Amino acid sequence: MRREVSLQELGERVRPTALADQRALPVHDALLPLLPGGLQRGCSVQIAAGVPAATSLALALLVAPSVADSWVAVIGLPSLGLAAADGLGVDLRRLVLVVPPPPGEWATVLATMLTAFEVVAVRPPAPVAPADARRLAARARERGSVLVRLGPARWWPEAADVSLAVTAATWTWAGDRRRDDGAARGHLQARRVTVEATGRRAASQPRSVDLWLPGPDGALAAADPLAEVRRLVPAGRSGGDGVHGGRRAADRRRRAIRAAARRAERARAARFRAGR
Amino acid sequence: MDATPRMLVLWVADWPVVAAGVRLDRPAVVVRANRVVAATPAARDEGITPGLRRREAQLRCPTVEVLGHDDARDARAFEPVVAAVAERITPRVEVVAPGQLAFPTRGPARYHGGEAALADLVVATATGVLGVGPGPAVGVADGRFTALTAAMAARAAATRVAGDGVVPDAPLAPVLVAPGAGAAYLAPHPVEALARGGIDEGTIEVLRRLGLRTLGAVAALSVHDLADRFGRTGVAVHRLARGLDGQPPLPGVPAPDHTVRVGLDPPAEQVATVAFAGRALADELTGRLEAGGLTCTALLIVAETDHGERHERRWRGDGFGGAGTLTAGAMVDRVRWQLEGWLRTDGPTAGITLLELVAEEVVATRGRQLGFWGRSPEADDGVVRAVTRVAGLLGLDAVQVPVWRGGRDPAEQYELVSAAAVDLTADRPVTPRRAGAAGRAGPLDRAPPWPGALPRPAPATVVAAPVAAELVDVAGRPVQVGAAGLLSAPPARYRLGARGRGWVDVEAWAGPWTVEERWWALRRRRRANLQVLGADGTAVLLAVEGGRWSLVAAYE
Repeated sequence: MRREVSLQELGERVRPTALADQRALPVHDALLPLLPGGLQRGCSVQIAAGVPAATSLALALLVAPSVADSWVAVIGLPSLGLAAADGLGVDLRRLVLVVPPPPGEWATVLATMLTAFEVVAVRPPAPVAPADARRLAARARERGSVLVRLGPARWWPEAADVSLAVTAATWTWAGDRRRDDGAARGHLQARRVTVEATGRRAASQPRSVDLWLPGPDGALAAADPLAEVRRLVPAGRSGGDGVHGGRRAADRRRRAIRAAARRAERARAARFRAGR
Repeated sequence: MDATPRMLVLWVADWPVVAAGVRLDRPAVVVRANRVVAATPAARDEGITPGLRRREAQLRCPTVEVLGHDDARDARAFEPVVAAVAERITPRVEVVAPGQLAFPTRGPARYHGGEAALADLVVATATGVLGVGPGPAVGVADGRFTALTAAMAARAAATRVAGDGVVPDAPLAPVLVAPGAGAAYLAPHPVEALARGGIDEGTIEVLRRLGLRTLGAVAALSVHDLADRFGRTGVAVHRLARGLDGQPPLPGVPAPDHTVRVGLDPPAEQVATVAFAGRALADELTGRLEAGGLTCTALLIVAETDHGERHERRWRGDGFGGAGTLTAGAMVDRVRWQLEGWLRTDGPTAGITLLELVAEEVVATRGRQLGFWGRSPEADDGVVRAVTRVAGLLGLDAVQVPVWRGGRDPAEQYELVSAAAVDLTADRPVTPRRAGAAGRAGPLDRAPPWPGALPRPAPATVVAAPVAAELVDVAGRPVQVGAAGLLSAPPARYRLGARGRGWVDVEAWAGPWTVEERWWALRRRRRANLQVLGADGTAVLLAVEGGRWSLVAAYE
């Protein structure tokens, strides 16, 4: 028995289905709660400016596409820290940087880069003209490129498909944080941030996630939201690992050693004076 | 048996050191990407061979003079030789690379009374331009590969007679291989000689491991066996071992669409401008050839000036024997070399108005293996085109790619190189680590630390020009770093001068990491880096040098 099938149905059946992962670029696992379907091709992402960790967040978006062999570009950020990008996991072999273009050429340069690069992060030098913004959005959608927008959100006439904002940022310290000495005590270790994502259409439900941006070794990692912010290194880094009593015990030990050294030094000096 | 034309090859050993103008009885090397590419006879005497790292060379001979490579200098220096040969002997001379040239001998041999006389004349011409020292060697045989091998043997013979590492004091006698005796001549040569024919190292290694140590052994095999094992490379290997050229060119005159030309208006006065125009031409030409399944092995570059002067030169791809092909990047290099060479001899008297590239010899291309996971080379081509277009709009240095350099300060660790000047698809050193899975390396893969370097994580914003800052203690006095590397007082607040922001309280600070560079030289630098965590949650990196603080980086 033959069933009559319309030509359109037949066309639907034989068209190769676009795999879901081809419609979206990959994102780092830690960012998946913010962008559940990955970076949808043709979308725009706005990173809120004026908050700490904005640049790092933009770099975090570039990690997974560059590792997956997509070409990524950054336009208009002459002070990008490449060691930080490498630490977060961006594959620098797939990264191309463009100096800030003069305002007249800015839109042309961005359009050219959107044609060939799959993710382009840009910081405009001035508010973007609506005609330019429309043309660029159309070009991004047509080529399937993702536009990551830095700089003030009000400089863009239309809201982006997804907006990412850092709402909290706390640095943790490696080692001791005492400030009353002339010598080094530990160093910056990791920054725990809370990133909130809001968006249009399918992404309109706000989502937030806690991240280590960057983590202790420079890499991006998810942070457990339920755990309190604990020191990442067990207390007493310079004197024990908690088995012997933790930080206070280590401090006490150090003070005791220093006191003993001072006593020995005084005794030596007294003997020397006495012996003269 | 396809006819392989009799070719004469003139070869100068270690051309880069000769071009650099160093004395050949002193040890000197030319280094490219930290590896030795050429060494003087005196340096070879000390045990330095091409391929060593620079440090190893300096270990073997501490007094060796190390020179950087310069393609343009090599081409400029070789141009007088080429011009002399082209003028006195034949205009059909082709250059493979600075230091090697070749031409077919049939016509000139008849004119000058035999190949021996022709070879002597070529030696005399080259010696007249270069002097006896570099020892231009000449070989004549069927096919370029055999002739090059013969030329190298001519020089080796002279070195053996005179003793190792001695600069020859008489012109080298040319080696002539009788017609048809190419296979017999090549038989005792080691299989590593195939590297000159454009065969890659991997194949040569496999041949060696299979027990084929000489070209005679390879030629004794059946071509079908080699083709089974190695594919088209195997066929090329077999042809080279038998004394023929690697791949016979497709016959016929160059088709009209194998010529591309561009007029430059206004006339280009600088080599870089012409090279940039040449880039577009080369892309177009390779695109057309690839559309027809071809690739170029011999390229004729013609440049004309406003005053009507015309300079043309035939260039052959790397690797004699036709196994070498010219990519677009290689074509642009040769445009540059040719113009540099022309400037060196009589030189154009006006700007260049016309640049023409003609693909004179083409061979069927082998095709390209697409990436298995679907990343297509078209993506790379699109990227290169976009980069070239943006570089055309904004300037060659506007588009940059990072290259790992290594250093203590965040600003020094990476160097930005113009993207239009590098091969984007080639591997670049971008990280000090060896890449593990997904680019993350384990603890054993870390490069050795730089003393004085900052601990990870690295700052995400590294200011290009340091911004002046002030760092004061509770009493308002500027904080100093003493000789022992200790701060004079704990810092209490800081301010960034150029931004005009107010004082930021210091919540925590770390350091100072003192760096004293080149204490023995006039260019010594003493500075200290300090990590400062402000009360507003921002973390910055301040540096002090000469008592003045500045902002170096921010942990954005």
